[in-house]
Amino acid sequence: MLTETDLAALWITLKLAGLTTLILILLGTPLAWWLARTRFRGKVVVEAVVALPLVLPPTVLGFYLLLALGPNGPIGRLMEALGGHALAFTFAGLVVGSVLYSLPFVVQPLQDAFSTVGRRPLEVAATLRASPLDRFLTVAVPLARPGFLTAAVLGFAHTVGEFGVVLMIGGSIPGETRVLSIAIYEHVEALEYGRAHMLAGGLLVLSFLMLLAVYGWNRRFRLVRP
Amino acid sequence: MTIDARLRIDRGAFSLDAELSVPDRGVTAIFGPSGSGKTTLLRAIAGLERGPDGFLKVGQEVWQDAGTFVPPHQRPLGYVFQEASLFSHLSVKANLEYGYKRVTPSARRVEMEHAVALLGVDPLLSRDTEDLSGGERQRVAISRALLTSPALLLLDEPLTGLDLESKAEIVPYLERLHEELEIPVLYVSHSPDEVARLADHLVLLQQGRVLASGEIRQMLTRSDLPLFHGDEAEAILEATVVGHDEAYELTQLEFPGGRFNVTRRDLEIGQVVRLRILARDVSLTLEHQIDTSILNIFPVTVEELADEGPAQVMVRLSAGGAPILSRITRRSADSLQLTPGKRVYAQIKTVALLA
Repeated sequence: MLTETDLAALWITLKLAGLTTLILILLGTPLAWWLARTRFRGKVVVEAVVALPLVLPPTVLGFYLLLALGPNGPIGRLMEALGGHALAFTFAGLVVGSVLYSLPFVVQPLQDAFSTVGRRPLEVAATLRASPLDRFLTVAVPLARPGFLTAAVLGFAHTVGEFGVVLMIGGSIPGETRVLSIAIYEHVEALEYGRAHMLAGGLLVLSFLMLLAVYGWNRRFRLVRP
Repeated sequence: MTIDARLRIDRGAFSLDAELSVPDRGVTAIFGPSGSGKTTLLRAIAGLERGPDGFLKVGQEVWQDAGTFVPPHQRPLGYVFQEASLFSHLSVKANLEYGYKRVTPSARRVEMEHAVALLGVDPLLSRDTEDLSGGERQRVAISRALLTSPALLLLDEPLTGLDLESKAEIVPYLERLHEELEIPVLYVSHSPDEVARLADHLVLLQQGRVLASGEIRQMLTRSDLPLFHGDEAEAILEATVVGHDEAYELTQLEFPGGRFNVTRRDLEIGQVVRLRILARDVSLTLEHQIDTSILNIFPVTVEELADEGPAQVMVRLSAGGAPILSRITRRSADSLQLTPGKRVYAQIKTVALLA
């Protein structure tokens, strides 16, 4: 069965993915809403920046994060000035990296969902006395529900599958920054194929089940009717 | 009390620059060809579109002027969109309650039972919005708008896109609305038939400008307006049911110009109904003809003649003050020597009873 260190890696991975997804839903929802609704011309710039992690090698992102979060980086210095310590090689640093790395996987499905909802239902809600926040919460969010589910699952799964960024800014501190993908890599390095199989196979099944759930659910909850 | 508006919306190729003043009671139809800005005008009144230096006053309340723009959700209006736009994530009942719950109880004047009964949506309450027919969806949307107890009801072509059967199903409900509620209605339409049935007032829109506005019967018979011309030119009369002829199965209706006999309808004595008379169904004679099959003959005064192409003439007549149109050939007009002020007899071949 799983060893204690592998279990710790599993726990760190789930904690990281869960926290990242939560933060991304909270930050990504207003961002996606703005992107879906704005007529501001500069929005393409924001869209391109959001999509960057899709094309950038994770090591590039990790490298710059390492510089920024490290003791000599701007964020690292700020943290130390505030009485904290640099975020590189900490769990908090991993969360920051994961949020950036998985950003497009959350923002894009949400933006698509909000675009599909369109303006009409919100206008209808406005004529039925709902304030802007009220109609966002009672009309836009429920109608975009399939988008939220897709965003959450993709954000979670993508964070679980993260490797390059973690390697760059997290290292492999057991119980702190050693996640499953790193653990698998190390098992293979040490020629412990049996233990690598256990983790790799588990991840494979988990990822498949999560995607199956998304597609299954989105069939049941079709977006707005024609 | 009136609804006064001066609204400008600029959308590049299209611009709306509408100034109008309509009574804040009854049904006012906003009528015009597609692309004339009817929907944009309605959206601007609802606050869904905002243009520069607009002005809008409904009764005593200013909704928009130089320093004021009341956002849509704070305007006491009901809006029914062209497609019903029910919330697909809510049940029919929850759709109805959506606006109702957001109105403070003391401001509610339309109660659930009333709105539900008025539009016959009771049997639909437990249904899923997806399973409703087009007509049913539109009835739910109208009830939902009414349940916000609006001071003004805006209907944007609520019958467009519905098949004839659904239209026929909704019109009676709209007529009941008209009779039972004292909410002023602005009704966008491009259908002369709907306008004739439902409107008390008419605003004619053309290329984003208000061409004319006024009381429906006057507007239909004004020679300077497009409605006066063409094959569909018509007049509308209001008449009171005064009796039934049991032997011949006829219903008698009285209007200021005389008494109509129409095929018997189940109407109560005293009920006021609307009659539509197409200009092409009215012929003129100098003498009161006795030996004719036409039942409805009234003495009228010629008010105005207008050429209608090379061969025809449109004549506006006054039947005891009520305007009627007659379209005849120019040759007949000449041989009868029709001039304004001349007294003749109008023979009306067909009368359509609209309610």
